Amino acid sequence: MQAYLKPVRIVISIVTLLVIGFLFLDFSNSVPVTWFRDILWLQFVPSLLSFLSTLGNGLILSACGFVAILLLTLLFGRVYCSYICPLGVFQDIIIWISRKFKKKAKAHYRFTPPKTWLRYGILIIVCLSLFTGSIFLVEILDPYSNFGRFMSDFFRPVYVLGNNLLANILQKMGFYVLYPVKIAIGDPYALVVPAFLLLLVLWCAIRKGRLYCNAFCPVGTLLGLVSYGSLFKIRIKKSACTQCGKCMFVCKSHCIDVKQQRIDFSRCTGCADCINVCDRNGIRYSLVSDKAKKVTPDKSKRRFLFGSLMFIGVLSGLSVKSLAKNAKTSDDGAIEPEHNNGHEDAMKENQVCPPGSQSIHHFTGACTACHLCVSACPTGVLKPSLFEWGFFGMLQPYMDYHASFCNYECTKCSDVCPTKAIQPFVPQEEDAQTHLQKSLEECTPEESELLKSRLKTGIQIGTVRFIKNNCIVYTEETSCGSCSEHCPTKAVRMVPYKGELTLPQVDTSICVGCGACEYACPVKPNKAIIVDGCKVHQVAQKPPEDTIEEQPLEEFPF
Amino acid sequence: MLKNLNFFLAEIKKVVTLCIFLNEAKMKRRDFISKSVGAGVVAGTGFSLLSLDEAFGNSISNSQAAYDLIALMGGEAAEMFEKGIAALGGMSKFVQKGQTVVVKPNIGWDRTPEFGANTTPELIAKIVEHCLKAGAKDVFVFDHTCDNWQKAYNTSGIEKAAKAAGAKIVPGNDENAYKAVTVPGGKSLKNAKVHEVLLNSDVFINVPVLKHHDGAGVSFAMKNLMGIVWDRGYWHRNDLQQCIADMVTYRKPDLNIIDGYRVMKKNGPKGVSVSNVSIEKAQIISTDIVAADAAAAKIFGKSPETIGHIKIAGEMGLGQIDLTKLNVNRIKIS
Repeated sequence: MQAYLKPVRIVISIVTLLVIGFLFLDFSNSVPVTWFRDILWLQFVPSLLSFLSTLGNGLILSACGFVAILLLTLLFGRVYCSYICPLGVFQDIIIWISRKFKKKAKAHYRFTPPKTWLRYGILIIVCLSLFTGSIFLVEILDPYSNFGRFMSDFFRPVYVLGNNLLANILQKMGFYVLYPVKIAIGDPYALVVPAFLLLLVLWCAIRKGRLYCNAFCPVGTLLGLVSYGSLFKIRIKKSACTQCGKCMFVCKSHCIDVKQQRIDFSRCTGCADCINVCDRNGIRYSLVSDKAKKVTPDKSKRRFLFGSLMFIGVLSGLSVKSLAKNAKTSDDGAIEPEHNNGHEDAMKENQVCPPGSQSIHHFTGACTACHLCVSACPTGVLKPSLFEWGFFGMLQPYMDYHASFCNYECTKCSDVCPTKAIQPFVPQEEDAQTHLQKSLEECTPEESELLKSRLKTGIQIGTVRFIKNNCIVYTEETSCGSCSEHCPTKAVRMVPYKGELTLPQVDTSICVGCGACEYACPVKPNKAIIVDGCKVHQVAQKPPEDTIEEQPLEEFPF
Repeated sequence: MLKNLNFFLAEIKKVVTLCIFLNEAKMKRRDFISKSVGAGVVAGTGFSLLSLDEAFGNSISNSQAAYDLIALMGGEAAEMFEKGIAALGGMSKFVQKGQTVVVKPNIGWDRTPEFGANTTPELIAKIVEHCLKAGAKDVFVFDHTCDNWQKAYNTSGIEKAAKAAGAKIVPGNDENAYKAVTVPGGKSLKNAKVHEVLLNSDVFINVPVLKHHDGAGVSFAMKNLMGIVWDRGYWHRNDLQQCIADMVTYRKPDLNIIDGYRVMKKNGPKGVSVSNVSIEKAQIISTDIVAADAAAAKIFGKSPETIGHIKIAGEMGLGQIDLTKLNVNRIKIS
């Protein structure tokens, strides 16, 4: 009767996986940037964080995906885990493949009791850790972020390698349809933790079905608690059940207790595999009636209450963090300086966080390190950190100016970030509406200047520092100017030095901190020009208007 | 695990390189023949340009190709090129039927044409068109950009214009595409890695934009050659001005077309705003890269001797820095 559920689930989940997966693989910018947030709208943790980031700034609906998920869970239980969660679908595929290689007896799942202590323990610790102001545990355990890291850190390089091989072969034949892309792996040590997590997820999936989701994943546990109050649940019809065990054998969540003819619905991901294997139509979704509630009324209610409490706890934990971000404290973010082997001056005061992230504090407090920005960044300047943001900021991206630099006008990372750790730059018209409550035409010149300062090109994410003792012009007395050449605002310009030689001079007031100078500086190993990150992003002054005095030539000058 | 992965990658690379090598070996003979024929033809035309016409005492209209340098003013970039190349006897003097051509504009920056940071796209399209009309088999357009290459190719308008004109757009972002060469006359720059599209092509047309440059002083034809190599940091570390002149000894472009339509007078090479640009509507065409740069310097408002690399190139005998010694055709369009 409900046999359609499984094929529907398979189609939807595969679409989910392919679409979300492709966001991380796509290096040719073929997905329009406006689609990213819509596609990731339903992802629970990003949506929740995004909601808290936008709280008070309007635009609430765009961040309410998690409410939809909660409502869906109240209707049908944890279908999120089977239909929408990319890591869940990824595990389902691993499970499906691994079962093909197992002997029949081994491929059969059995009922196991829930890992009560582990799953609730993790949920409580995650919740408590949020009150301490660290998002670290959410970052490590959130299924979407884990999936993002697996795609970005492991699958994307393979995908790019395939493209490059094909592109090279085609180019040798004279076709320039494909082009090679740099395989940008950051610090290999930054892959250790994602690799460990990947192995954990794979091991769970191959050996224990959906154990990750039912023991480690805080979203799974939370939604499991919510599902105690679900309106529709999958249940065994005792009159039809012969206790043959077929449903139990296929249950990835190990949650069907055939002996008791009961289902632990808090662990059920709603995959509907069991519905299809039952010959007697004895297991299916049904409305929870009053009669059924009487069987285990207290337990269910208590669990549901606990779930609601936990959710409120998570929410308030997160809000404490997002409120704290508004109070600009002097000690935001414990920053480990970058280690350079040499000149002391060449150490950065702070690392640089991406434009739109407002402050190091906001960024490190809201980023779950899904690495979508790392994948999407067209210049490849964003790299997963190791300890650049401190131990508990591990894997959160930073601007690696040795790898590349930030394109002056590009806003891709802020356009795609699903948690709004990197806040979007609002188009000027919209900004005028929300910010000044009037249309762009009505703005006074000062107001439009203000709006312009809120553009990407006006945001100062760091400031430049020139280290003369390292500079080629000073040490070798030959021309260079690489830094000034790349500077989009001429915050670094060349001024007369000796004879025809010119030496860089910096003006931090118009510097946007894009890092082009640092990237371009040819001095090795210590750069002669570096960018210190701003703890709180500032507005850069507009570069002075340089007009030309001379008129164009009338006659040939030779 | 990483080690294994690396090993695996290396293995794949080996296999692919082998395939490519075998393929290249097959191509090489054909290539060699066509190239030597091409060179012969070019040398032949050069000979006929410089001496035969004069020897036979042809009329001025026939010996117009004897000009060393064409200077143009007052027209649109593409229009000036058409007049200029006609004055040199047409593109067929430079491109023979079946040859492959590289057109190397300046596409360094993610800037729209109004900034004057990149070569005018219409000019590139017109050059491509003329090359194809002259019978070129393939026309490649590429640059090793400074900003992200896709953004620069796109924003500059060059990718679209060149593609529409029938060129093949080649990305310059892949280090594997750059092959090691020696720079025979180099003093500071003795080796470089040059893009293979240049190594495999018969004709090299250099189409820089005329602009200010904070590092080198100016950026004209010689400076534009920096975009055919991989490691530019080396140049900056090892006497930039000398390296720019050195590179000319590797391969002189067969034709230099300096686009002086929009001239960025300050804040180069990227420019901060369009107010840095002066609409000069000028163009220089010459086979002599040093002479072209010397003329461009005058248009920019500087004496060629004050610019390090132009002066050095003159002293190295790579071309004529003294414009009075050249047969210049000045064409004014109004």
